[in-house]
Amino acid sequence: MLSSAATSIIVVLIVFFLFMEGAGVFTKKPIEDGFLLAVSPSNPVKKLEPSQIKDIFDQKITNWKEVGGKDEPIVLFRTSDISTYYTDEELGENFEFFPAKINELISKQPGIIAFFSDKYKAENFSGRELEINKIKVFEFLSGEEWFPTAQPIAQMGVKPLIYGTLWVSLGAILIALPIGLAAAIFLSEIARKKVRNLVKPLIELLAGIPSVVYGFFGLVVIVPLIQSTFNLPVGETGLAGSVVLAIMALPTIITLSEDAMRNTPRAMKEASLALGASQWQTIYKVVIPHSASGITAGAILGIGRAIGETMAVLMVTGNAAVIPHTLLEPVRTIPATIAAELGEAPNGGLHYEALFALGCILFIITFGINLLVELVSSKQKHKKH
Amino acid sequence: MHKIETKNVNFFYGENHALHDISLAMKANTITALIGPSGCGKSTYLRLLNRMNDLIDGTRLEGEILIDGENIYDKNTNAYDLRKNVGMVFQKPNPFPKSIFENVAYGLKVNGITDKAVIEERVHTSIQQVALWDEVKDKLKKSAFELSGGQQQRLCIARALAVQPSVLLMDEPTSALDPISTSKIEELLFELKNKYTIVIVTHNMQQAARASDNTAFFYMGRLIEMDKTKTIFTKPNQKQTEDYITGRFG
Ligand SMILES: Nc1ncnc2c1ncn2[C@@H]1O[C@H](COP(=O)(O)OP(=O)(O)OP(=O)(O)O)[C@@H](O)[C@H]1O
Ligand SMILES: [Mg+2]
Repeated sequence: MLSSAATSIIVVLIVFFLFMEGAGVFTKKPIEDGFLLAVSPSNPVKKLEPSQIKDIFDQKITNWKEVGGKDEPIVLFRTSDISTYYTDEELGENFEFFPAKINELISKQPGIIAFFSDKYKAENFSGRELEINKIKVFEFLSGEEWFPTAQPIAQMGVKPLIYGTLWVSLGAILIALPIGLAAAIFLSEIARKKVRNLVKPLIELLAGIPSVVYGFFGLVVIVPLIQSTFNLPVGETGLAGSVVLAIMALPTIITLSEDAMRNTPRAMKEASLALGASQWQTIYKVVIPHSASGITAGAILGIGRAIGETMAVLMVTGNAAVIPHTLLEPVRTIPATIAAELGEAPNGGLHYEALFALGCILFIITFGINLLVELVSSKQKHKKH
Repeated sequence: MHKIETKNVNFFYGENHALHDISLAMKANTITALIGPSGCGKSTYLRLLNRMNDLIDGTRLEGEILIDGENIYDKNTNAYDLRKNVGMVFQKPNPFPKSIFENVAYGLKVNGITDKAVIEERVHTSIQQVALWDEVKDKLKKSAFELSGGQQQRLCIARALAVQPSVLLMDEPTSALDPISTSKIEELLFELKNKYTIVIVTHNMQQAARASDNTAFFYMGRLIEMDKTKTIFTKPNQKQTEDYITGRFG
């Protein structure tokens, strides 16, 4: 009682911390610390959306009137562009004249948008620093590009990652559930005792293998197999992730379903058989309904593992942060993203907080699925009695 | 012709020789009681008659069992068809976790009957046959678990009758019931005798004496004797039978 209360409190605290950190991504300016965007003082545009800035630097927007300014072509300026305007001598040996020159450039060029480091900002800076709107939750969720280290503006669209996660998990469940159920039925209803006593411990053993090992297995066996079977340029695809996850989820699904099936009272099975039902009819009409809750539990834990699983998936899915159209494309999942990027994201920075926000999304997805399954299975139980 | 004939049956659970050279015969529309001390093989014998022991690993049968003149262990006999003809009622009421109606309809549905009118008609008739209709007619959709133990057992009998067997096997069907439920089921046996051949295992001597036409006494896997119930309970041929009936052992 006390310990379960303590566990609950700790879980709530962790979740709270996760959401606190994750929320930072929506309160910070989506530009790298120590950098700024500046425009000519004569430019009437004061504020831009992150997506507009991206389009400007991608040259999809080329005129200021498209973002509410004057009819004036946009001139892009990054620090490295300085050499097209000034010679090395003019900038000085240690770039000591850099700030002054940028200042000059900005006042000379009415259409300029300049992205450069704080340290090159002159004392008597004459340009105007552009205000950037914060990332909105909606943009975060619906953005289609995940490129958190992009310059000048980080791209924090998590849609490809959410899709990647859901596709891979769904694929894994679609593969694992039928196979797991079939194996459980075989073990509990069909196999002889000797076979079961041999096979069951083996399956339980599989659950203890570290996921990296499954990842290697996937990389060496499944990835090439998928590549040659579907004639793909690369085998690292969502499907490879699904297959590896399915293999990892199988022991849980089989063990729990089999236990539940074997708990079906013998009297119930005999009653069915004594009425002339075949073994399959008995399995279908008596054993499976009776073990429905055990099977759902196995599926929940299986899905849970699939969605949260990191290493094995990271190794075989190709990790391209693009919205997948089929399972035969490289995809990137949320856990894989967090694991791969957290180490290189500066502590407390925007990227870092975006990864926490990803963690929140993962939490919400897992929680939602568990809730759904719980609802469905409790409804089923209700129907039965 | 006899309805059920058992010829020199030996039965083994692995190494355990559970039945020794059993030969007996039962006429149609009679009630045969199987009596004997615990572990003597009554249930084993009963379960041979609908091939329920097939489900147990490592069992072996020698000899022949004929029902309606056909060897039920013949390669060509389908165990599922056999079980439709030879219904079984178990010691503990074991309704399915389904509604009262669905319990009785189960056997019909697994046997491929899909016509709703037929199913409904047979369910109603079967429930009436076991004198349960008045008690459950208003709650056919309710769970079978809401019935009392005695009602559940009658429901299980109705469930067996619904598939229209000609033989009914009962393994201590009243041992888990109170005296009133028990006497209801015994009355029921008299009714059912007209249509079915009944084999009933019982530990209750009065029940065997009251309800059956013939009685077979088993002891340590052997059939000691089988005769008219009256004869067995008044002047049995074998000393062992007399000892058992008079309560000197078992
Ligand atoms: N499933 C089984 N596996 C192995 N041996 C069994 C099995 N069922 C019964 N036996 C053995 O067969 C013998 C006869 O058992 P059976 O159940 O037929 O006795 P019974 O006369 O029905 O006893 P009771 O009155 O206690 O029900 C016993 O020695 C028992 O141990
Ligand atoms: Mg018994």
